[in-house]
Amino acid sequence: MEISKDKFKVVGTQLEDAEKISKPSLSFWKDVFVRFRKNKLALFGLVLLAILIFMAIFGPMMTEYDYKQNDLANKNQAPSSEHWFGTDDLGRDVFTRTWEGARISIFIGVAAALIDLCIGVIWGGIAGYKGGRTDEFMMRFADILYGIPYLLLVILLMVVLGQGLGTMILAMTITGWINMSRIVRGQVLSLKNQEYVLAAKTLGANTTRIMGKHLIPNAMGPILVTMTLTVPSAIFTEAFLSFLGLGLTPPLASWGTMANDGLPALRYYPWRLFFPAIFICLTIFAFNVVGDGLRDALDPRLRK
Amino acid sequence: MAKYIGKRLLYMLISLWLIVTATFFFMRMAPGNPFTSEKQLPPEIEANLNAHYGLDQPWYVQYGEYLLRILKWDFGPSFKYKSQTVNDLISEGFPVSFLLGLEAIFLAVAIGVLLGIIAALKHNKWQDYTAMIVAVLGISVPSFIMASFLQYFLAIKWGIFPVARWEGFMYTVLPALALASTPMAFIARLTRSSMLEVLANDYIKTAKSKGLSSGAITVKHAIRNAMLPVVTYMGPLTASILTGSFVIERIFGLPGLGAHFVTSISNRDYTVIMGVTVFYSILLLVSILLVDIAYGIIDPRIKLAGGKKGE
Repeated sequence: MEISKDKFKVVGTQLEDAEKISKPSLSFWKDVFVRFRKNKLALFGLVLLAILIFMAIFGPMMTEYDYKQNDLANKNQAPSSEHWFGTDDLGRDVFTRTWEGARISIFIGVAAALIDLCIGVIWGGIAGYKGGRTDEFMMRFADILYGIPYLLLVILLMVVLGQGLGTMILAMTITGWINMSRIVRGQVLSLKNQEYVLAAKTLGANTTRIMGKHLIPNAMGPILVTMTLTVPSAIFTEAFLSFLGLGLTPPLASWGTMANDGLPALRYYPWRLFFPAIFICLTIFAFNVVGDGLRDALDPRLRK
Repeated sequence: MAKYIGKRLLYMLISLWLIVTATFFFMRMAPGNPFTSEKQLPPEIEANLNAHYGLDQPWYVQYGEYLLRILKWDFGPSFKYKSQTVNDLISEGFPVSFLLGLEAIFLAVAIGVLLGIIAALKHNKWQDYTAMIVAVLGISVPSFIMASFLQYFLAIKWGIFPVARWEGFMYTVLPALALASTPMAFIARLTRSSMLEVLANDYIKTAKSKGLSSGAITVKHAIRNAMLPVVTYMGPLTASILTGSFVIERIFGLPGLGAHFVTSISNRDYTVIMGVTVFYSILLLVSILLVDIAYGIIDPRIKLAGGKKGE
């Protein structure tokens, strides 16, 4: 095949153009935000989450009913304009209870994630920064704890400590922090030998300052992702425990206890199980999707 | 390899010892003694009962005997059902749970891998998006909710499957599906991402350029390597199936060990809770160890000797 010369033209190389910055300069978190925004599923999750939190705050105020107010004349009512989600076996309004449950479920999830964060960051941060024997010892300890089957331990603790909100959060966080500490340790290990840490050390910064000002903020991405993904697993654990009859004590409503109460009546009054069940799924879904989206947005390999 | 297995075995034993010790002391701390729920017993009878179960001994003697008994694979009596021991419960309930678990593992792996492969081969096409949305949904729907939905629609409303009980293959389908749903979704995501990684490798390009059909490439070259992360997931998979069985067996009224465990929890039958917890822990830790060893054998690229426990 003949290729004639006139099909080509010299474009020329202009040095100034090669050096030109074509994209606006973005800070790290702005960049993350831009990429997160492109992920439609994650954005949807965020909106869903906002709605759920809004309803958890204002939902119980939207009806004239109280979450623990019995009304035996109107028990097991199907959803209607009176009771939007129907009523349960004591005539309590399921709509009010669902959003009351949302408060408790989301509170448990966020509280567990925050406690995991505190212990995990301190434990993993020290292990990673000190290194050597301290690291070996601390991580072996975490490994052994991690070997204990999580849900079995939580069940055992709930049996011993008794039911309740506080004991449930305690039971969940006793081994829940290990995952976070591993993530933080890995991050600190890879960051602590960077030049800026050396520079800070040379300038006389002490360990606390290096950790708090340099290492932890730079490890914030993976920490944030782990936190977002801890929330749904804590919500799941709460629902699971309540479903086993180890959850909160009545008249407190959580989605797990409501589902547990609704199960025996599934054949005739399915809404008593379905409403809390659907909101458990939606919340877990929203947190998972947002967490996944954050992880993808933070991953520099996925940058285009 | 031997050194690695030895080290892992040691950690496993320490974990197990911790569990056994923790269960022992937890159960001593637990409110009420095993006989409180019954009618007020005359003190002589209570003393007799305590002597019978060795509860009048100091705690270290009880603890030592407990450890010895566990070593002999004897999990002790049930305090609520006088004629039954925990070993009886296990031999009666575990076969049911085991069968159900196997069926669920099979379902989870088969469907999960298939979904993952389809998603990876049709990367960024509608098949991919559909498979991944199914997977995210599967992860977001807890097994007990999946179970009650399946039971309501497929059994109660449409009558395709029996509602509950354990009398034949048809009775196992719904519980197994419910148990499998979450791990299936995890496996689909794992398979997809590892398939995508494998498909980007040079040897796939080589296979393509020497003229292999895409089917042959997938089956002969890609899947084998893409399966490795799925193998590591087998440990957590066992854990998830096992704990899932507590609620699933209750929902479907199956006579499995999980259902017995839940009953013992609500009965506060401490010896049964203790025994079954220890049994489950042994089961889980051993299966995780086996999976890790198997992983080292399957993938020669991994050197176990210096390796750390899978993250």
